[in-house]
Amino acid sequence: MEQKKDEKVTYPKYAPGTHVSTSDIYQKNITYSWWEPEVQYAWSLGPAYSRFLEGLKEGKILGIHCHKCKRVIVPPRSFCEYCYGPTDGWIELPDTGIIETYSVSYLDPDANRIEEPILIGVIDIDGADEHHGFMHYFGEMSKDEIKIGMKVKAVWKPEDEREGSITDIKYFKPLRGGE
Amino acid sequence: MKKDVAVIGGGMTIFRRRLKETGKELSFLAAKMAMEDAGIQKDDIDMIVMGTAPDAFDGIHMKGENLLDGAAGAGKPYVRVFNGGGTGVFAPIAGWWHVASGVADVCLVVAEEKMGSCYPHPQTAFQHIWDPVLDRPLHPNLVWLFAMEMNRYMTVHGIKKEDIARVAVKNKRNAVGHPCAQLADPNITVDDVLNSEMMAWPVQRLDISPPSDGAAALLFCSEDVVRQYTDDPVWVGGVGWNIDSTMWTNRDLYFPRYVAHAAKMAYKMAGIVNPRKEIDFAEPYDPFDYKELHHMEGLLLCDKGEAPILTREGVTQRDGDMPICPSGGLLGVGNPIAATMGQKVCELYWQLAGKAGKRQIPTNPRVGVGQAWGDIMQMATVMVLKR
Amino acid sequence: MTRVCVIGIGHTDFNSMTPGMGWKEFMYEACNKAYMDAGIDPRRDIDSFITCAEDYWEGFSIFDEFVPDQIGALLRPCCTVCGDGIYGLGNAYMQIQTGLMNVVSIEAHSKASDLLTYGDIMLHAFDPIYDRPVSGPVQRPNYAGSPSYTEESPKPLVGASDEKERIHPYFLAGLEMQHYLRKTKTTEEQCAMVAVQNKRNAFSNPYADYELNISVDDVMKSEYCFSPLKNLDVSPTVDGAVCFVLASEDFAREIGAEPIYLSGFGWSSETPWLSTRGMEADYAKKASKMAYKMAEIKQPTRQIDLVEVDDRFTYKQLQHLEALGFAGEGQAGRLIEDGSLDIDGWLPTNPSGGSLGVGNCLEATGLQKSLEIVTQLRGHAGKRQIADAQTGLAQSWRGIPSGSGAVAIFTRG
Repeated sequence: MEQKKDEKVTYPKYAPGTHVSTSDIYQKNITYSWWEPEVQYAWSLGPAYSRFLEGLKEGKILGIHCHKCKRVIVPPRSFCEYCYGPTDGWIELPDTGIIETYSVSYLDPDANRIEEPILIGVIDIDGADEHHGFMHYFGEMSKDEIKIGMKVKAVWKPEDEREGSITDIKYFKPLRGGE
Repeated sequence: MKKDVAVIGGGMTIFRRRLKETGKELSFLAAKMAMEDAGIQKDDIDMIVMGTAPDAFDGIHMKGENLLDGAAGAGKPYVRVFNGGGTGVFAPIAGWWHVASGVADVCLVVAEEKMGSCYPHPQTAFQHIWDPVLDRPLHPNLVWLFAMEMNRYMTVHGIKKEDIARVAVKNKRNAVGHPCAQLADPNITVDDVLNSEMMAWPVQRLDISPPSDGAAALLFCSEDVVRQYTDDPVWVGGVGWNIDSTMWTNRDLYFPRYVAHAAKMAYKMAGIVNPRKEIDFAEPYDPFDYKELHHMEGLLLCDKGEAPILTREGVTQRDGDMPICPSGGLLGVGNPIAATMGQKVCELYWQLAGKAGKRQIPTNPRVGVGQAWGDIMQMATVMVLKR
Repeated sequence: MTRVCVIGIGHTDFNSMTPGMGWKEFMYEACNKAYMDAGIDPRRDIDSFITCAEDYWEGFSIFDEFVPDQIGALLRPCCTVCGDGIYGLGNAYMQIQTGLMNVVSIEAHSKASDLLTYGDIMLHAFDPIYDRPVSGPVQRPNYAGSPSYTEESPKPLVGASDEKERIHPYFLAGLEMQHYLRKTKTTEEQCAMVAVQNKRNAFSNPYADYELNISVDDVMKSEYCFSPLKNLDVSPTVDGAVCFVLASEDFAREIGAEPIYLSGFGWSSETPWLSTRGMEADYAKKASKMAYKMAEIKQPTRQIDLVEVDDRFTYKQLQHLEALGFAGEGQAGRLIEDGSLDIDGWLPTNPSGGSLGVGNCLEATGLQKSLEIVTQLRGHAGKRQIADAQTGLAQSWRGIPSGSGAVAIFTRG
């Protein structure tokens, strides 16, 4: 079948909209308004997250069982998303694991550039199911050294500085021979 | 299906980092163009669906309510649907069910995004997509997420960075024929991508689509009334959507299984048994160059790990056997999250109706698939259009 | 045409605070109860899932992410509808009508106690250019005009101003109430009677949190907050989650569910421009028109046995009853006076206690109201049971500053 209609017309036929550049803003070429909302939240975290955070404060990584699915889950949750039953049975996991994936970031949270890159990634925690872990920083290794599959261990904050947060772990460091 | 659903009009604004128009003005411009395209008045529209992603970009709580008059919603049944980045294809899916159910004869779908309003950078709003307990205390940047997924994908399959960079080159070149494009570049090379600024390894500046303002619109109508508007309609063949767990650190990121689930759902509805043979071209979601490859595999258009090879061999070029992102995609045209409906679904319509002009796929395509991806690497939305 | 049935309902308790549960457990409880009520396994039987939520009510940029696990939607079709729960019911209805889905779950909730700045969040829904500046000082960025500005420049010093007081957005309800009272000659006392009745109804609803035994005098003497609106005219916020399971008639019959049909729904929006909006609940008029047509209701006063209408402010209940066609303009006040709206009246209204008695549960308002209608139609409403209820209507409004609302009509088979 041959091409239909007038081939010369490209849709969309016209392209509405007016581009403004960043310099238009600070040279006041356009008017604009400003508003910063006062939005604050205090989430109730529920039993699973709360217990997990208490564990971190004690220097432990806690996982939870789903006996029906035979999973050891970390981070823990009150219910299993696979069978939709409640999870049952807490378990203390080792604070070691392997690097599931990572990135070397030259960006801060507002997308500003930073000189010293951040090493960040997902740690597949030992003792939990495969591909079960959480995101954290890496330290005591260079950006050339880091690789997927590397064994790592948590470096904890001193006990009196821990407050029940994921940041009670400072970072994960390479687990070298003999440790 | 109760009613077959046809696409009868599309519209789209330019995509830029910042546009002067407000969100509702952008919605108006896109909606008006779609209505002109179909030759339809506001009174002919029964119901309206709005697709727009996080409120935090526009800086308006319940922003669907604020945008509604721009989308011809005043005095009409109007609803907003939302699933993060997946909204660009999900809004038309919702438009489809409004018509397919027999509740509406004509449904207008408008997708809008205004990321330029968010200060200092749209990234700031993205901080709030992270889990407040596990992730936010680490002050993450959104790019990390994709860097980690890209790394996993590259490592598992042993993919070279340059094979991924080819996607950015192809799409930015394809975008040259798109009147709305933000980052079209006829001369870009693989070296340009590989030498661009490192953001979060392995993601570099030219691997990423930019934040943009923009809007797009589509008009759907039922088989009962379609003859009033066109003799040669493009039909919705299938729809699919699927979500994976919130716990993105509890699965292997190398393959998007949720995309495969959504694709199977859409193919089943469209009666597609062998997607590689039966689908003529695709618009997978490409906010990052590796995502196009990842999604081609998720859409079952090739084997796992095969997409970079097809790209290298030129199969995915506009004149190749399986053209991918002939619009120029998000990498070339821009990424106003929900408004990427303009590349992912409007483009299918324009290609299938033979209206894509300079971007027209030469092989006279009859079936196309568009896909978007959203939430925290967990949501897939798929739509098949056919002639 | 397939008919769409309600096969399961579930809800949490409604409490002003729920510190023991996170939003995930909260949603899990409501959904799990609904699935047990329907006698189905969500991982096997449910085809599609809908949550009705708004990002800023939850504190996330994309709340849709944080939904699937606790509602049973892992690797299933699932989406967010940014609207009241009844919008979710309507979209589920349409999904089932396409033939693509057989069983759909709809969830909506309020975790209002997690919000530390409820008023400011609501103010964030006002138009940023025309309406917000009227409500509080506009802080201008200090970098404006500076050619040296770059992405790295320090953030603007907002919050340093002494004038940070912004008006609570409920002032809009005060304005609208003023208009309503003047236009319809309804009295403040008639509005006060709504609060008295709804809070009294809540005594016979075990999950309601704001039951009170008060008199019209008590309401009239409560402090003006946004004149003519008084403190007891306003429904306080509450935490609560509700889940509905809808199914095609065939599926409902297969599992032997008691047939309660969702026989019609509708929604409509007015212009978002506050200054040009009618202030007369036109959204409810249009939404009900759509729903009546779908449910084939020609005379709502005769064909509908009970209603749950949005009563987040007392005058809203009267305004909505008029908009829905149950009373002429300015006549709803008389219905509350003569007892027509009592549980044993001819038009029982808000037997659950409504938002004034149960609490304002944000986007879950419509589902809380639908929950009461379905409970009544099933005959499970205990002390507040309305005899021989066959058809009920639930109506909700999306709250300040929106002009949008939805209606659902349920019928016993």
